Amino acid sequence: MNKSDLTIDKLSKGEVSSLEMSSFCVERMEKNEDLNVYISRTPSETILAQAKEADLAKEKGDSKGRLLGFPMAIKDNMCTEGVKTTCASKILGNFVPNYDATVVKKIKAEGGIILGKANMDEFAMGSSNENSAFGVVRNPWNKDCVPGGSSGGSAAAVASGLAAAALGSDTGGSIRQPAAFCGVVGMKPTYGRVSRFGLVAFASSLDQIGPITNNVRDNAKLLEIISGHDPLDSTSVDIPVPPYEELLEKDIGGLKIGIPIEYFSDALNPQIKKGIEASMDVLKRLGAEFTYVSLPTTEYAIPCYYVLAPAEASSNLARYDGVRYGVRRNGDSNLINMYHETRSQGFGKEVKRRIMLGTYTLSSGYYDAYYLKALKTQKVIREEFSEVFKKVDIIISPVTPNLPFKIGEKTADPLEMYLSDIYTVSVNLAGLPAISMPCGLVDGLPIGVQLIGNHFKEDIIYRVAHQLEEALSLNLPDPCK
Amino acid sequence: MEYIPVIGLEVHVQSKTETKMFCACSTRFGEKPNNNVCPICLGMPGMLPVINKKGVELAIKTSLAINCKIEPLNQFARKNYFYPDLPKGYQISQYDLPIATGGYIDIGLEGAKKRIGITRLHMEEDAGKLIHGDGGDQNSYVDLNRAGVPLMEIVSEPDMRSSEEAKEYMTRLKEILEYIEVSDCNMEEGSLRCDANVSVMPVGSNTFGTRAEIKNLNSFRFMQKAIEYEIERQIEILEDGGRIIQETRLFDSAKGITISMRSKEEAHDYRYFPEPDLQPIVVKNSWVEEIRKELPELPEAKRQRFISEYSLSEYDVGVLSSSIALGDYFEKTVSKYNNPKASSNWIMGEVLRLLKDGNINVADFNVTPERLSELLVMIEEGKISGKMGKAILEDMAKENKTAQEIVEEKGLAQISGKDDIAKIIDEVIASHPQEAEDYRGGKDRLFGFFVGQVLKASKGKANPQTVNELLKEKL
Repeated sequence: MNKSDLTIDKLSKGEVSSLEMSSFCVERMEKNEDLNVYISRTPSETILAQAKEADLAKEKGDSKGRLLGFPMAIKDNMCTEGVKTTCASKILGNFVPNYDATVVKKIKAEGGIILGKANMDEFAMGSSNENSAFGVVRNPWNKDCVPGGSSGGSAAAVASGLAAAALGSDTGGSIRQPAAFCGVVGMKPTYGRVSRFGLVAFASSLDQIGPITNNVRDNAKLLEIISGHDPLDSTSVDIPVPPYEELLEKDIGGLKIGIPIEYFSDALNPQIKKGIEASMDVLKRLGAEFTYVSLPTTEYAIPCYYVLAPAEASSNLARYDGVRYGVRRNGDSNLINMYHETRSQGFGKEVKRRIMLGTYTLSSGYYDAYYLKALKTQKVIREEFSEVFKKVDIIISPVTPNLPFKIGEKTADPLEMYLSDIYTVSVNLAGLPAISMPCGLVDGLPIGVQLIGNHFKEDIIYRVAHQLEEALSLNLPDPCK
Repeated sequence: MEYIPVIGLEVHVQSKTETKMFCACSTRFGEKPNNNVCPICLGMPGMLPVINKKGVELAIKTSLAINCKIEPLNQFARKNYFYPDLPKGYQISQYDLPIATGGYIDIGLEGAKKRIGITRLHMEEDAGKLIHGDGGDQNSYVDLNRAGVPLMEIVSEPDMRSSEEAKEYMTRLKEILEYIEVSDCNMEEGSLRCDANVSVMPVGSNTFGTRAEIKNLNSFRFMQKAIEYEIERQIEILEDGGRIIQETRLFDSAKGITISMRSKEEAHDYRYFPEPDLQPIVVKNSWVEEIRKELPELPEAKRQRFISEYSLSEYDVGVLSSSIALGDYFEKTVSKYNNPKASSNWIMGEVLRLLKDGNINVADFNVTPERLSELLVMIEEGKISGKMGKAILEDMAKENKTAQEIVEEKGLAQISGKDDIAKIIDEVIASHPQEAEDYRGGKDRLFGFFVGQVLKASKGKANPQTVNELLKEKL
């Protein structure tokens, strides 16, 4: 039993049993506590009992669940009935929801086993997982490095075999960047593809849940399961979900791939650039055609994002006031003091920074100059993408400008930290789907390539990604071995 | 100096939906605290709003009834502020893109008609309620049953110039809301609430003065009192050479005064922005037309029609159009008894009195319009007297019977047959020979005595007119 056996495919074909898989994950969870991947864990006995039950059900043919016995991690910003959901924040440190997020409901309905709740940046705000109230997550490839963020726990869990797959959420790159840093496959679907019901909101108009997996096939399977219209989420879209997996092998000959010139500037680490170029060569051999395209407003994507996302966050996080649930600090028992103490002590530094930023940009007198301008910029960014997608089927780009950085390296300089999202935020602003998948190792650390598709064209992304994955046949080593 | 008040009203109306605006919780009033709540209206983490279509429908219906233009694209926005009765830390409301704009309501005071402009109608959700412990209890409690209940805010133009006009506007608005059945309009239960913007300006001026917004006006009477107090207060300040501050004031109903709540400087910055959890609402014209078809005849149109169709006075029409049910009652009565004025008199007098005394709705009244018309026909045909009619009507209401049934049971039918009456007259004259003699001798006033005797002998059932005629002949 190897880490590479942790796939839905092997489980459903019976090549590996749920008990084997789950025991593997449980053992690794116990051995690798220093990675700090989980905020809360399902007790090992419970996991193993569920695995046995799943194997038995499969043997008897009692269940047709597509994830029957498949052990997964869920990012701790998705609500799980009866299980603590903290968002890696002190303010929700004791919060136990009495409902499941729609995605969690779907995973459970298909027989998936939930191993635990994955660590993350507090309220999904961060690019390094250093903003967790429950401590930093370590990158399994190099424990001095960050795993990326905000879905750092989810990506690290999959990379290290502490889960066979995970769900993350992506507001500005929070699935793709950690997937790249940890050498796994992470998909941020089209905005509206996956229900956000039960996902603790960071920036509602940008947040989207997606799968983090060991390979593209599992990713496609998982997205098929968690996608679809949800009457409980008005922003989820009622468009049929294509059979992503069935379409994986469809020929990509003649497919047009765009190379956005703005994404390959000097800011990009040359070794990452080289890795991506190698992927392009492979795709060329597979018959894809490349053209250069331009997305000139890319340089404004970061400022645009850091106005819009904090503005929504400042409002979304107003409910954590200590009145109804979560942690309350009474102060000297006057209402304003209670609010003040609860929120001062409950939120971490980065969250407070963004609440202040967002409160400021929405304030009367500043709204037009910041929020409205950012909305206009967002519109331009969207239009530029839609122009490009008139010419190409898919866009290829880096995920991150640099390799995983050292823990503590960027904490003193938030702006520097924000720049690590430079290749990912535009995708959220435009509501597009994009995948991050490994394309090589540099100095023992994984690098990723990003494929961006047009709205609801996840099928094309998966096809290209899958065939690239096969042709590259990286066979990355197991970082925990 | 003489001053003119300038008044605009912001009216909050609770829409009559079964469920809340953004979740499936009941809107029922009077439940135990925090009984009508769910994770969505409690503002739990990860919860999302979903628009109640019925709420939008009622808003469109109302907008049409107050002559507004329905905006084909409108949007919810978040109004951000902290308060323990506001679970999400923001209220979902509408801001720069309300569902309807630019309407009006016609009011009439002492015969003069006036058109009051309506700036906008927008949808929003209600907040919860704080209950402060009393006695030794230092705690405050939050009841979130009301949180998320759908509201419509109707904002008028500053077109009113007196507290009477404001009251008339509220009366007309409430009447329309009741006609189209979009709200219970119960001020005590808070389903109709009103804030008033009041300023004064010198007569002859075109520039409005600085306004104060008065909150917490939960009855027509309080609204009128508060506006009157506020006008006086502002005039006094100006007369003393002072300056009005723009502020929010609260009406203290016990003292009958308004008190400052917060100044403009202390006003909240609500940081409105589009609600990202909801798509903008696209209202198709076909939908609006469908809703328009459901609108009943509105009070003003009904009044015009009643005046022209039934030649009634404005006063009568005002009473009869005060509710759809009463108007219908009147028209059904007239359809069987074609005498609008008499029908109107009976309804406005006897029927309304009986309804009021018994605290009964028109719809539940035992005397249906058919039964009333039957009674009125009997009176007109002289079968019973008007005085008897009133008594019979009371019995009809009490015993749930027709006029005919009561008349038969009690043997009340008027005696108008000449033979029957002649017989009684003969008997009366025979038993009073002296008086008959005196009358014939010139004592004319004894005629009344004989009428009285005849009526007495008939137990009041003889038709007085016939009695008069026959008596003259026989004496």
